[in-house]
Amino acid sequence: MATCRSRGVERGGAPHVLAVDDSSVDRAVISGILRSSQFRVTAVDSGKRALELLGSEPNVSMIITDYWMPEMTGYELLKKVKESSRLKEIPVVIMSSENVSTRINRCLEEGAEDFLLKPVQPSDVSRLCSRVLR
Amino acid sequence: MAAAALRDQLTALLSSMFSQGLVDEQFQQLQMLQDEGGTPGFVSEVVTLFCDDADRIINEIATLLEQPVVNFDKVDAYVHQLKGSSASVGAQKVKFTCMQFRQFCQDKSRDGCLMALAVVRNDFYDLRNKFQTMLQLEQQIQAYDPKQQ
Repeated sequence: MATCRSRGVERGGAPHVLAVDDSSVDRAVISGILRSSQFRVTAVDSGKRALELLGSEPNVSMIITDYWMPEMTGYELLKKVKESSRLKEIPVVIMSSENVSTRINRCLEEGAEDFLLKPVQPSDVSRLCSRVLR
Repeated sequence: MAAAALRDQLTALLSSMFSQGLVDEQFQQLQMLQDEGGTPGFVSEVVTLFCDDADRIINEIATLLEQPVVNFDKVDAYVHQLKGSSASVGAQKVKFTCMQFRQFCQDKSRDGCLMALAVVRNDFYDLRNKFQTMLQLEQQIQAYDPKQQ
């Protein structure tokens, strides 16, 4: 299994990824894939919890979020991150089970680093390693 | 039963689950992730979460379809959730049934939805039984040699 090292990571530590998904199954799957690539993962079930965590945890290397969540969508979370002067440099990757081009373009235009179709594959994470956390 | 015989039984069970189309390559990916990533219990965790989640969703859908006026958008949202969980765990047959189910939701057909619910429930129970047998076999194998898992 490929491992991932990145800049902006605490010396000797693994990149810290914040995974956001309201589905417990999908949280477990994405966390498993990320951990197998040597990421340190914190998984939360909503955009609100993600923003709370980002308020107290400054060393997040990447956010990977589901698009379709109740209360706050992944797109809305992306917007909040990109509007924040403190958080806007954190790469945000959006996941969705639906291949809707308008949705994808909307996220990319708002500053998303990538858009992954669910179910996310280990090869998708390997690609993120080289693209986003280089 | 000897560990080797249990492993043969597990291999045969998994093989039949693939050949019957109950699971697909996504499930295989999860197994590989567990084996190659050295994360024992990963498949068991995901499968258990899926079974709990699917059971809850199916009950929610059944309750919605019993209402005098059915909120088809809400039913569709639950079916969408079940389809997503099924895809993530590689529960191919349940996923395909959910895709057909969503069409009945869009057509606002109560009879169609009730029929699809019966099919998805049957497919899910069948898969859950197989998953439970799989997890029991894995536990029995592990009891012989904890280093194997």
